[in-house]
Amino acid sequence: MIEIIDIRKTLDGQEVLKGVTLRIEKGELVAIVGRSGVGKSVLLKHMLGLYKPDSGSIVIEGLDIVRFCTRELCKVRERFGVVFQGGALFDSMSIFDNVAFPLRERLRLNEQVVRQKVEEVLEDVGLLGHEHKFPAELSGGMRKRAALARALVTEPSIVLFDEPTTGLDPITLNSIHRLIESTHKKYNFTGVIVSHDVPEVFSIVDKVAMLDMGRVVEFGTPEEITKSRHPLVRAFITGSPYGLQETQS
Amino acid sequence: MNFLQTIGSGTLHLLRQMGGMFIFLLVSLYHIFTPPFKFKVFLRQVRFFGNRSLMVIVLTGAFTGMVLSLQVFYTLRKFGSEALLGPAVALSLIRELGPVLSALMVTGRAGSALTAEIGIMKITEQIDAILAMALNPLKYLVVPNIVAAILVFPLLGGIFDLVGIYTGYVVGVKILGLSKGTYFSQIETFLTTEDISIGTVKSLFFGLIVSWVCCWKGYTAGHGAEGVSRATTEAVVLSSVLILVSDYVIGTFYL
Ligand SMILES: Nc1ncnc2c1ncn2[C@@H]1O[C@H](COP(=O)(O)OP(=O)(O)O)[C@@H](O)[C@H]1O
Ligand SMILES: [Mg+2]
Repeated sequence: MIEIIDIRKTLDGQEVLKGVTLRIEKGELVAIVGRSGVGKSVLLKHMLGLYKPDSGSIVIEGLDIVRFCTRELCKVRERFGVVFQGGALFDSMSIFDNVAFPLRERLRLNEQVVRQKVEEVLEDVGLLGHEHKFPAELSGGMRKRAALARALVTEPSIVLFDEPTTGLDPITLNSIHRLIESTHKKYNFTGVIVSHDVPEVFSIVDKVAMLDMGRVVEFGTPEEITKSRHPLVRAFITGSPYGLQETQS
Repeated sequence: MNFLQTIGSGTLHLLRQMGGMFIFLLVSLYHIFTPPFKFKVFLRQVRFFGNRSLMVIVLTGAFTGMVLSLQVFYTLRKFGSEALLGPAVALSLIRELGPVLSALMVTGRAGSALTAEIGIMKITEQIDAILAMALNPLKYLVVPNIVAAILVFPLLGGIFDLVGIYTGYVVGVKILGLSKGTYFSQIETFLTTEDISIGTVKSLFFGLIVSWVCCWKGYTAGHGAEGVSRATTEAVVLSSVLILVSDYVIGTFYL
């Protein structure tokens, strides 16, 4: 379970999060939706303890991480798998080595177990046979798959997806969504998906949180969100312009 | 008032930067001695520094030795002591020019690439990815570079010296007409272990400075391609300035 209570964060003199409160139950898949630059990635990084909020608290599976030291944070981070925006694969390593990295470096498994686990998860994401390629040789969709494999290989209890489908064609987008759905079934993690792909992402998540102006402005099941009268939510669903003067900032 | 404010905030910013840089160095040095040491990455970075810089070191070393030989010969002739050309060239190279020029060359060749590489890892969230895996990025990106640079800089400095001394010899004997034997025999007479140790100590420090500054600048690169390019420029400038400043400081200890 992830509980975020009234967190605020100012970065470079600009208040990015102005009191975000969000509660994600164990095993749930939740989408965070909002305009670019609204602070979605910053919010995810707070969950990992990569940023500390100026105020408020963040509780990860019962542990309030805000005042944790590096070592305690490491313990908490071991529960996470993260698919970063753009994948954040290590350029200097093959896909196999990328996926094997947390197994070798953190879990220190022997090479035989590493191979077995990496091949299993690569099969899950449909990349078996491409493991010797380097990130630069992969298409956008394959890179997202590889990032997903690296996030899942340690069997984390929480997985964060930062825009896993942004910039993909509709077919690849759909296949990534199906993949998130099927791996969620298999590994049973708590998932947070930052996405712009509305309404497609609604079909795989349990809840949707709409982030705007540093706050969660709407939170509910996809059905509830679809019926919402909030102008930003309507704008997102219908693709109509909203608050242009703010988008320009 | 506004003027004072600008100065004040500028100073504070600078102090914060410097504080951050020193903490970064201390933490990195501490992690040299905590397991695990990433030996493979270390080897790769030794190659990175060495391979990238070897050619340019040989080239600049050669021409430095030649120019030095010409200039020193010109001065020495005024005092009728051309015979001392060998030691004059060798001492200038070993104590001063070898360490400094080779460090400046490595900064331009490998240091800038290092900053760019780490900077790209920063802006593409690869560093965050390492952190999110509950691992310490310093272990992979900084510690191996510092150790590699401390090892490689004296070696490259030594190569620079040797090449320079040899080309100085070629110019002195073939062009300026010095006798063959004097050049090297006089070097043997005048060169002491202290000269070699000062050159080595300088190279060690320059290796530390360059790897520290270049890693730090990459690690703290701002957003986007522009942030990385700015970090790269700043890394080269700051490394170069610190090389020259510390060259003087170390020199005063050896008077
Ligand atoms: N490290 C940082 N330093 C300063 N400002 C930042 C930093 N990271 C993000 N920001 C700013 O915070 C805001 C939110 O960024 P982000 O969370 O990346 O947006 P998005 O919702 O598109 O993921 C942006 O205005 C961005 O410029
Ligand atoms: Mg983002």
